[in-house]
Amino acid sequence: MAGEVKTKLSKNLLRMKFMQRGLDSQTKKQLDEEEKKIISDEHWYLDLPDLKEKESYIIEERSFIPCEDLLYGRMSFKGFNPEIEKLMVQINSKSKKEEIEEDDKMEADVSDEEMARRYETLVGTIGKKFLKKRDQRVLHDEDEEENSNTKPKKARKMFLKPQD
Amino acid sequence: MAGGGGAPAESRVGQVVLPGDVLLLPAYDEQDTERLPLGTSAAPRGRLLCGPGLRRCAGGLLVTKCGLLRHRRAGDGAAAAGGAYWVDSQQKRYVPVKGDHVIGIVTGKVGDVFRLDVGGSEQASLSYLAFEGATKRNRPNVQVGDLIYGQFLVANKDMEPEMVCIDSSGRASGMGVIGQDGFLFKVSLGLIRKLLAPKCEIIQELSQLYPFELVLGMNGRIWVKAKTVQQTLIIVNILEACEYMTAEQRKQALAKLSGN
Repeated sequence: MAGEVKTKLSKNLLRMKFMQRGLDSQTKKQLDEEEKKIISDEHWYLDLPDLKEKESYIIEERSFIPCEDLLYGRMSFKGFNPEIEKLMVQINSKSKKEEIEEDDKMEADVSDEEMARRYETLVGTIGKKFLKKRDQRVLHDEDEEENSNTKPKKARKMFLKPQD
Repeated sequence: MAGGGGAPAESRVGQVVLPGDVLLLPAYDEQDTERLPLGTSAAPRGRLLCGPGLRRCAGGLLVTKCGLLRHRRAGDGAAAAGGAYWVDSQQKRYVPVKGDHVIGIVTGKVGDVFRLDVGGSEQASLSYLAFEGATKRNRPNVQVGDLIYGQFLVANKDMEPEMVCIDSSGRASGMGVIGQDGFLFKVSLGLIRKLLAPKCEIIQELSQLYPFELVLGMNGRIWVKAKTVQQTLIIVNILEACEYMTAEQRKQALAKLSGN
């Protein structure tokens, strides 16, 4: 019984994962290709020629707005509603120049220089929050030293004798 | 079944077309996709926009609505490089289309969503978060009966239409609740398109009369507000009547008014 005639294992059994762990990568690839061929033979497919792709030429659109280039529907005249008039100017200039990037540069409340200044200090203050305790203490000591240094510069307040 | 063989699309521009007509587009089916057309042939390279009333079919376009066939050539600044074809038809009933700006009337609140009547077959839904600056705690001040100017986010025949009052960058850009007072009335859809055309004489002439504010919804609804009730009503009457007036009649009417 022991060993001369090996029982033939079925193909399905050989395809199982635990049987393939010992195989080389090459034999694995071969098995995969064979499997793909088998699948493509069994699976049904339509034996038609490929249709020519005409869709890239024609876009279907159900709205009238791009066809006739319609304007924006909210309008105001002779200063009745100043916000809407501002909007009208904005939208008309957008459609003329077709530059959307321009909006970013419009009317900054804070100038760029001020932003840069604020960011400089902001990075420092928020950075302190995330320092470790030891580093925080060092910073704190540094601050104190600075303060103590400034003190002798100020005139020391001595006791003034009240004048009669 | 089909109404005869197709005619080339260019030959029928400006004529009445009926549903079932086939418009042939030249040169598209002859060329390979790789070869570019050389020289100024009739078919420019670029995407052809197939507008409302038309559908793609083998060989060209199939007409689905009756009306006049319109064409716009390819040009700079046009949304569709390669030209556009569409059918100019008249109708009063609005069908929601994605991207259209419409005026809706709030009919109710269901949970976190407002129900709006836009004149279509179904009521549209508008989430309370779809306003500029709205958060879960900061709800917009919208009551039943308010007028809202918004655009369709979702509008097809299989789903309930959804509206929003912000654009893709999160700004309101004129959308939202329309203010107090004013007058809302309904006109046909063709008139709205005429009024929204880039150089509309009616609007230009009206703007010379008095200061007023106007909101035009693609669903046929117009909202007008002027300083006094009388001025508002005058503008309303002109807008309603100008659909059937010729240009001279309109100028006469306006001249009478500006004389008063």
